[in-house]
Amino acid sequence: MTTPSPIDAVTRDLWQVIAAVDETPVGVVSTTLLLDQRLAFSRDSEGNPVVWLRTNEEHGDEIDLATVTARLPVIIGYGYIWTSFGNPPDHLFPIPEYAESDRVNMSCGSIGVGSSAPRIVENFLDMGHFPYVHTDILGAEPHTEVKEYDVEVSEERDEVLATRCRFFQPRAALSATEGIEVEYIYRVPHPFCSVLYKSCPEDVSRQDVIAIFLQPMTAETTRAHLLQSMIDSTSTITDLRRFQQTIFGQDKPILENQYPKRLPLDPRAETPIRADKSAIAYRRWLSQKGITYGTIPMAS
Amino acid sequence: MTLSTTDTTWYPVASSTDLPLRHVFHGQLLGRELAIWRADDGNVNVWENRCLHRGVRLSIGINEGGELKCQYHGWRYANRSAGCTYIPAHPADAPARRITNTTYPVVEAFGLVWSANNGAGEFAPFADAEAGDWFALRPVPVNAPADAVIEALEQFAFAPADDDFRAETVAERLPGLGIRMTARSVKGSSSAVFFVQPVDAGRSVIRGLLEGTPEDAIERLHDHNATLTALRDRLERAAARKPAPEPLTPSFEKVSVELSTMPEITIGSALTLRAVVKRKWATAAGITAFELAALDGNHLPTFQPGAHIDVHLPNGLSRQYSITNGPGELLSYTIGVKRDLASKGGSEALIDSVREGDVLAISEPRNNFPLRRDTIRTVLIAGGIGITPILSMARFLAKSNLPYELHYIVRSQDQIAFRDQIDALGANVTLHIGLPRAAIAETISKTLGAHSFAQHVYICGPGSLLETVRSTAADLGWPDEAVHYEYFRNDRVIDDSSAFEVELARSAMTLHIPSGKTILEVMREAGLQVSSSCEQGACGTCLTGVMEGTPDHQDVYLNASEKRANNCIMTCVSRSLTPRLVLDI
Repeated sequence: MTTPSPIDAVTRDLWQVIAAVDETPVGVVSTTLLLDQRLAFSRDSEGNPVVWLRTNEEHGDEIDLATVTARLPVIIGYGYIWTSFGNPPDHLFPIPEYAESDRVNMSCGSIGVGSSAPRIVENFLDMGHFPYVHTDILGAEPHTEVKEYDVEVSEERDEVLATRCRFFQPRAALSATEGIEVEYIYRVPHPFCSVLYKSCPEDVSRQDVIAIFLQPMTAETTRAHLLQSMIDSTSTITDLRRFQQTIFGQDKPILENQYPKRLPLDPRAETPIRADKSAIAYRRWLSQKGITYGTIPMAS
Repeated sequence: MTLSTTDTTWYPVASSTDLPLRHVFHGQLLGRELAIWRADDGNVNVWENRCLHRGVRLSIGINEGGELKCQYHGWRYANRSAGCTYIPAHPADAPARRITNTTYPVVEAFGLVWSANNGAGEFAPFADAEAGDWFALRPVPVNAPADAVIEALEQFAFAPADDDFRAETVAERLPGLGIRMTARSVKGSSSAVFFVQPVDAGRSVIRGLLEGTPEDAIERLHDHNATLTALRDRLERAAARKPAPEPLTPSFEKVSVELSTMPEITIGSALTLRAVVKRKWATAAGITAFELAALDGNHLPTFQPGAHIDVHLPNGLSRQYSITNGPGELLSYTIGVKRDLASKGGSEALIDSVREGDVLAISEPRNNFPLRRDTIRTVLIAGGIGITPILSMARFLAKSNLPYELHYIVRSQDQIAFRDQIDALGANVTLHIGLPRAAIAETISKTLGAHSFAQHVYICGPGSLLETVRSTAADLGWPDEAVHYEYFRNDRVIDDSSAFEVELARSAMTLHIPSGKTILEVMREAGLQVSSSCEQGACGTCLTGVMEGTPDHQDVYLNASEKRANNCIMTCVSRSLTPRLVLDI
């Protein structure tokens, strides 16, 4: 058992995801780990989530939530329960598309990964690995080129934004049947969350949305919660979930073979190339914010 | 004894049998993970188990025979040097910066692979090692600290080759956590050595060598396995009762500042090294091959397919020659030199006055002719001596099983150079022998066909062939960026009559370039260190960014669209069409 990592002030005040609302039973204790702290949570008879620091409760215990007085802040967003150990903002970061009535919104599972949350965000932003890790789905040799794209840190929204990202994909989504050059937009609106928008095979004027919300259990172990918000009138929810889980299942062994597990913020720790522009911006952004949980900060 | 991450003792880290064809073995020594792999040429590589790009273990990578390919982004690293030769995300660029993984010293001896931290002395085998015939036992991993393991081994004396309980066994400590056991009984004597590999503070591997190959080899392996497993159980029970030692934490070396930033244009280095002519032979009519090796027998720097070296000649001239080698072949570079009566004496000097055993100064490899490895079809066209870079390209593509075809145009049978290597490429090669000049364009046209997505052609040969391929490809609709070529020299007459001002933006300097002098010459006179190589606008070494003004290119390095962009020049021949040129230097 490793010793808990100190939680930096910024991370303490963030909303942190812990579970999908639908998968949290009513009146029964669920347990999890967040930032090295043991948590218990449940939903009351109206379905509202309650989160508190776990003492001697066991997973699956029946509980009268009226007896729980020392509650942590809680918010529901994008089908997930979020909590915080500090003073979280009034709202979660926006994903306006989630509210569009004709979209299929779904949680795609919560998957444990033996790596830090920032390493997983960086993998989510990365296109260069598509042909090697998601072979014949999101990419295929010999189409390996990462074309020039744009990255900015939006001061107004305090998020990293990568636009004009293009990649040749043999089968970009479940509804795709032949290879196309897919256009992506990536957002990092939260140090441990990322949202991507990609060309929708069914409707060229709109974009499918896939988001990853990371729950840092410890500095080096994470639960990844996946969200899809799709324009897809033909596939079943099971098929769409399975597609996303296949993709993430391919990333997991790579992430677990990456060292060090915490994301190094010193530019000299690893060797970036032009294709890593978004990762460079993300590392700088974390560094400027002072995020130390799950990272190896620059030696001062 | 306390283990240290900086200990420079040699330890065994793998058995030779752990390295079957095209495998990558995951090893560990003193807390540091190692990727251990054997290339097709037999060489064993011991590297830090971490791709420099994003830290993914190289032990999950792919051993391609001459290069190791990272599983995450497909970066390739060369056998021996661990230098990066290809970055698939930017397939048109040569990885100009020296991206090199950390390597460790390695010796394969007595059925074991030995390694040590950098800074270790020469590998010194244990006493009498060379005289013996050694049979490697199966390694036995033990979850216990190395000092406990070696002590237990010392006390646990047993007859190595015989289970005769009356044998008198003597255990003697060897340097580097080793034990020699010698047993004498009425039946005779037997001997074995055991080494403890300190994997981490609390983990070890016992690696044993039996003297002489036993007749009942399998039985002996079983016996020793049983004996050492019993020892392991005892050691692990004892270790479990004690607090676990803190794991060793080896430090990761930082990459250079140069690697941590991303320069847009990299100007090649002017570093030179000395190489000995290992072999010189006539490879075709009028073409002499030279095999150049490092003086100390070590490997030479990493090169990529299409790369060339400058060879500094005894008569003071310097000439560029392409490397013909395949992937991971770094023990020597083989170049081909054509006797050229029209040249200024470069080829003559090499062919006539350099002999085997002579030492030449050469530059590090530079690549102005990078090969993409992300194509659906690659067409390689070589004319005469132009085969040299093309041969290297073909050998890289062949090793990685990538689709390509090589068309080699020669006047006659006896002009085919490097015949063995050409033949080894098999059906991918088409020889065009004695084609009449008029038929060349038609052959090229038939070969190329209409252009389609991700098709690329690479040409090297005489100027006339290059012009033919370029115009034929253009007629067939091949875009400029799909046609790659390398001129050996610039046959055009350079007009140096203009005079203009050059402003060096980063050096904050303005220079006047008079007629009759090149930008390069004036910059050097002003004390600037600028790399150059061919100095005739053919090699691209002195490529410099243009920020303002319209250049008068005159080089043969840039293609038509690159020239139209007017954003870079060769300072050795390019001039200015505007009174002022602002350079990014």
